Amino acid sequence: MTNRAELTRRDILKSGAAVASLTLALGVTLMAFGGAADAKGADAGKRWGLLIDAGKCDADCSDCVTACSTENGWGHGDHGSPETDPAWIRKVTLKEQSTGRTVSAPIMCQHCEAPPCVDVCPTGASMQRPDGIVLVDKHICIGCRYCMMACPFKARSFVHEPVTDQKVNAPRGNGTVESCTLCVHRVDKGRIPACVEACEQAGHSAILFGDLNDPDSPISKALEQYPSIALRDDLGLNPAVRYQNM
Amino acid sequence: MILRIALLLACLAAPVWAGDLMPTIPAATGDPHPEGNDYMRRNHMEMMKHDRDLTLRQGDRDIGASLGQCFDCNAVEVAGEPVGYDNEQHFCRTCHDYAAVKVDCFMCHTSKPATDIHRTMATADEPNSIAAYLTRVEGAEQ
Repeated sequence: MTNRAELTRRDILKSGAAVASLTLALGVTLMAFGGAADAKGADAGKRWGLLIDAGKCDADCSDCVTACSTENGWGHGDHGSPETDPAWIRKVTLKEQSTGRTVSAPIMCQHCEAPPCVDVCPTGASMQRPDGIVLVDKHICIGCRYCMMACPFKARSFVHEPVTDQKVNAPRGNGTVESCTLCVHRVDKGRIPACVEACEQAGHSAILFGDLNDPDSPISKALEQYPSIALRDDLGLNPAVRYQNM
Repeated sequence: MILRIALLLACLAAPVWAGDLMPTIPAATGDPHPEGNDYMRRNHMEMMKHDRDLTLRQGDRDIGASLGQCFDCNAVEVAGEPVGYDNEQHFCRTCHDYAAVKVDCFMCHTSKPATDIHRTMATADEPNSIAAYLTRVEGAEQ
């Protein structure tokens, strides 16, 4: 790596000029200043998703919620008011009125391909990474909560009170909106999300994690072979979280 | 600009005041910054701001400047425990209190060194790696 001190504004402008001239001369488009782009970071060729099998999800088990809370450090200083306490993931139980059949499944940010939360954000804080993961950039979130109103899945929470002792990997603070990050800090380091790991360890394996863009991945094959639904499919958001046996 | 001049004057006058009026910078471990302390004092905030956007928006976690790396060398311990930003001995506060510059990093970020962070890529033999997970899932299907 070059000495960090060498990267001054002048250098960036100079490298930008280099890109412009290269583009003119060769007819190619470089993706970054000075052509220094590499394959690090979020891969635009991937789209991470989850397939949740409600048939395997135990109504009495909330290990995914506990694991998320532990991993990301939310839900510890709460005041027992479900209306306002943050919840990145929650267990929802549905009952079919006519037959009495109940199913249980976790609901979290659905990481939509066309996320309404990103559409409505006035500052650009609500954003989508190249690999489809939808995040809040708390550096520029002003806490207006438009995204919470726009989300059809009630997936986002507002932090109403000062937070201390946050997890290193999950910064979160008073006055900002937050939601499931698909454990982006783990995925970027080649690890599966905490809820997926917890569900597998609980013996349910109800949450399948994988790359929706890879036709050979287990999640893509399962989606191809078995019926599944997207929540609020009528909205055409193409969520990356899908459900089976709902 | 005025602040810089004030800081410069304060620095110039430092030998005369013999430390009483200057912040007492806690000693750090590890190698010195290759850029030099003068550069770091003026530019650490810009370095971190550049890299935070890369990390959050592009997922590039192999970055040059992060809060966590500051803590690696600079964290102050009292009675064997690293102190948080609420303690005035926290290394960020020694200068920032002196210069009356309020930072809001620690409204969201932890102000203590990492204990549970993975800085390296998972290897396939780790059970929670994506590679090992996919192998298990594919094995269960067959």
